[in-house]
Amino acid sequence: MNYKLSDKVVNIKPSGIRKFFDLVAEKKGVISLGVGEPDFDTPWHIRDEGIYAFERGRTFYTSNSGLKELRIEICNYLNRKYKLQYDPLSEVLVTVGGSEAIDLAFRALINDGEEIIIPEPCYVSYKPCAILANAKPVIIDLKAENDFRLTAKELKNAISDKTKLLVLTFPNNPTGAIMERKDLEEIAKVVIENDIYVVSDEIYAELTYSGKHTSIAEIDGMKERTILINGFSKAYAMTGWRLGYACGPKEIIQQMIKVHQFAIMCAPTISQYAAVEALKNGDSDIEMMKEAYNQRRKFLLNSFKEMDIPCFEPYGAFYVFPCIKKYGMTSEEFAMKFLEEENVAVVPGTAFGDSGEGFLRISYAYSIDNLKVAMEKLKSFVGKLK
Amino acid sequence: MREELLRLIETNSRIDIKELSKMLNKSEVDILNELAELQKENVICGYFTLIDWEKVNVEKVTALIEVRVTPQRGQGFDRIAERIYNYPEVKSAYLISGGYDILVILEEKSLKEIASFVSDKLSTIESVLSTATHFILKKYKDMGTILEKVHGDDREVIS
Repeated sequence: MNYKLSDKVVNIKPSGIRKFFDLVAEKKGVISLGVGEPDFDTPWHIRDEGIYAFERGRTFYTSNSGLKELRIEICNYLNRKYKLQYDPLSEVLVTVGGSEAIDLAFRALINDGEEIIIPEPCYVSYKPCAILANAKPVIIDLKAENDFRLTAKELKNAISDKTKLLVLTFPNNPTGAIMERKDLEEIAKVVIENDIYVVSDEIYAELTYSGKHTSIAEIDGMKERTILINGFSKAYAMTGWRLGYACGPKEIIQQMIKVHQFAIMCAPTISQYAAVEALKNGDSDIEMMKEAYNQRRKFLLNSFKEMDIPCFEPYGAFYVFPCIKKYGMTSEEFAMKFLEEENVAVVPGTAFGDSGEGFLRISYAYSIDNLKVAMEKLKSFVGKLK
Repeated sequence: MREELLRLIETNSRIDIKELSKMLNKSEVDILNELAELQKENVICGYFTLIDWEKVNVEKVTALIEVRVTPQRGQGFDRIAERIYNYPEVKSAYLISGGYDILVILEEKSLKEIASFVSDKLSTIESVLSTATHFILKKYKDMGTILEKVHGDDREVIS
């Protein structure tokens, strides 16, 4: 049968990470440094709260915007961490992971043909979501010499009269880059001058290793034009629970709730009960995991230094983004050859945008023993390339 | 770095200096000096291996013994505790709040040996008023470590 499908969907390219991992799946005994989710189990007290919710029969829908108790805890958390004040009744929406919140924000804000500015390298979903929302994605290629931070000048150059919003994704997957307050203040000036919105995906906020994460919503004049997206996956190792949230002006959130209501209904109820526990009593779990990530981060950076592989110091998320340009191969060639010869899987930087060419994404959501073996293999691999 | 170093070696005493140096961003010499200092101060009291003897079919019997004692004038519980913990077969000894005073953990090859330790040695110490012996039937978790192999890396590939 000749299936007549949506051109818009058919034309979306499959994710570059997928393509690479299909190859990895065919090989045996591969040491993978490719996975983008925590290697920790969800802390037991959070899982236990989920079990308790099952036992008590908390198996119904919640309100569309999420359990009120959870929305209150989310607001308490944002206030405690960033001095951000949101109204739990009208300015918070609990979603199925941060991913859903991104989709909703785009759909609630975009009219056909309006532009969404996406700084790359970045996680693979923003561009397809923009296209599905009938927006035109406008890509900014971030530069290694700026430590992959977005500069005001780059933003200015990308803005047109069709620009509707800027996507900010810091701490960043895949580069591990962060934006500090001073960087965000520069960006905020341009955003306000040009009267555009910001969708800020701060899912890795808790995994910041130099001081404290700053949300762009904290900057004067930004809260009213920012959709702040966060979730439980990375901070509390809760990826499979599928739970995130969006906070912002009620005018926007109310429109997002409409899309959410008709497409999703509500986020999983059991997960929402567990998340209340995470927000109330999970700070020490975050500290424990963060310390381990930070040790692995330093371990990798020092290993690269030993091997003379250049890498800027990433202060966020759980990725390092070393530069392999000096070996005269593309990212994909390097990753393929490394996989073939040493059986170690890393993701080519190009999976996250053209500006990732010449770089590799290495995840340190792996035990130190795993990383140690992988670095020995990398050392032997680059040794042969010289 | 002191506390962070201690937290790291608390769960992995075999971690090598080179690795520690990279993880903590300190030179190997600094790490070695700090470890030597911690041993000198008796902060680090020893390095041990957690073994599940059952898996190699070696019989070991572990007992927890609750001991009620009369504290001695001037020395409280310390003197009597010392008399107990100096026996090499005593693995651990703790002063405990609540219904009894000292908890003794004993590990022996057989039930009989434990019985004879309690009746011949422990009970005959004059300030010991009474003992209650509990045998361990199965060890699930020891030193913060679950003994049965927990699941491996179950993460699936996603894009």
